[in-house]
Amino acid sequence: MWGSTVGKKTVMAVSGLIMLLYLVVHMIGNLKIFFGAGEFNHYAHWLRTLGEPFLHYEWALWLVRIVLVIAVVAHAVSAYQLSRRDIKARPTKYVHSKPRASYATRTMRWGGIILGLFIVWHILDLTTGTVHSGFQPGHPYQNIVATFSTWYGNVIYIVAMLALGLHIRHGFWSAAQTLGVGSRARDRALKTVANVLAVLLTAGFIAVPVGVMTGVVS
Amino acid sequence: MKLTLRVWRQKNADADGAMSTYEVDGISPDMSFLEMLDVLNEQLILSGEDPVAFDHDCREGICGACSLVINGDAHGPERTTTCQLHMRSFKDGDTIDIEPWRASAFPVVKDLVVDRSAFDRIIQAGGYITAPTGAAPEAHATPVPKPDADFAFEHAECIGCGACVAACPNGAAMLFTSAKINHLNVLPQGAPERETRVLDMVAQMDEEGFGGCTLAGECATACPKGIPLMSITSMNKEWLRATRKAPKR
Repeated sequence: MWGSTVGKKTVMAVSGLIMLLYLVVHMIGNLKIFFGAGEFNHYAHWLRTLGEPFLHYEWALWLVRIVLVIAVVAHAVSAYQLSRRDIKARPTKYVHSKPRASYATRTMRWGGIILGLFIVWHILDLTTGTVHSGFQPGHPYQNIVATFSTWYGNVIYIVAMLALGLHIRHGFWSAAQTLGVGSRARDRALKTVANVLAVLLTAGFIAVPVGVMTGVVS
Repeated sequence: MKLTLRVWRQKNADADGAMSTYEVDGISPDMSFLEMLDVLNEQLILSGEDPVAFDHDCREGICGACSLVINGDAHGPERTTTCQLHMRSFKDGDTIDIEPWRASAFPVVKDLVVDRSAFDRIIQAGGYITAPTGAAPEAHATPVPKPDADFAFEHAECIGCGACVAACPNGAAMLFTSAKINHLNVLPQGAPERETRVLDMVAQMDEEGFGGCTLAGECATACPKGIPLMSITSMNKEWLRATRKAPKR
């Protein structure tokens, strides 16, 4: 599986779909911020008690985190190795070159790098609070409002979410082709699902900083 | 028609190449692109220069020998082979850029000629069936459902010209390899090697140094025979199936 380009693409497709599934759940959870600090912070606490009493405190959360770390690493390593190979396979550019493929397709690599850097900042900002001045552990509502009260917090977040939308638009459809489930009859449906997912996730995530900026969330 | 040609000239595989500019006059719009190059070469020979080397054979659009990236498009602006491209697709006074296929698996031999033997080795890895040769068998001996026959034929149309590799931003040979695999894998005659064929041909494709697929779709746009992008999806499906079902050797 790992030794073949087709196999590595399969790893990328499966890890991408795992992350996509997580993002849908994450986005829906984020929208609870519009119901006030009490409900949002209660939801955040519930995530830690998920599965009790069968599971210990935070076990479910750590399980999700471990799966996500594996998915991110597998996705990034295969993307890096495949990209290296692709660049090596086409060392000479055409003298007469024209813009090729769609914008979403051409920005997959840079978009992926932006998303990787964003994930690091996002965790340091809202999970560990390392780069967040006045971070209040256990009070995610207040931390989110603080982050989106800064201009750079909004810029980083919104740029990353636009990159996410483009990445999903090409990525979801590509994953279907890599896993061999695409067909002529299903092509329009798959492209529609990819576009709907991209728009819903981008809009759903961006709703939070927009809510803070407009004062709906404060 | 009077044209300015900018052509890639390279003495041999090891030499550095560069674009050279030539003027050609008296080109008829009814000439094929290769006939236009023949005019250029006659002109070069008469003036004692080395003619431009380019691949061609049948000049009927069925052999896959001709290549050329014309103004950045593999086989030029029309969806056909370079030999079937006519000068009426260009205007008097145009400047036309002519370059060889670009991929590390297709090294330039001279000028516009590239070495495409990597494709031959992919075919040797599994692009055949094990069947007794001899007289053509009775056509009804092995029934083939009509949709399968159509699917096989659509992929069998591939002439192995390499335009897909030339157009791909990753120098990938996925469309060629998938066309050859799908053509045989869907037919009963290809069934005995269904799994080993896809595994061995994909492995050889990787071995040759072709890139991977990013579903940019450039290959299917460039293909003179209209092999669909979905051909790659079908190959991926066959590959995943084979990794589960291949007989242990």
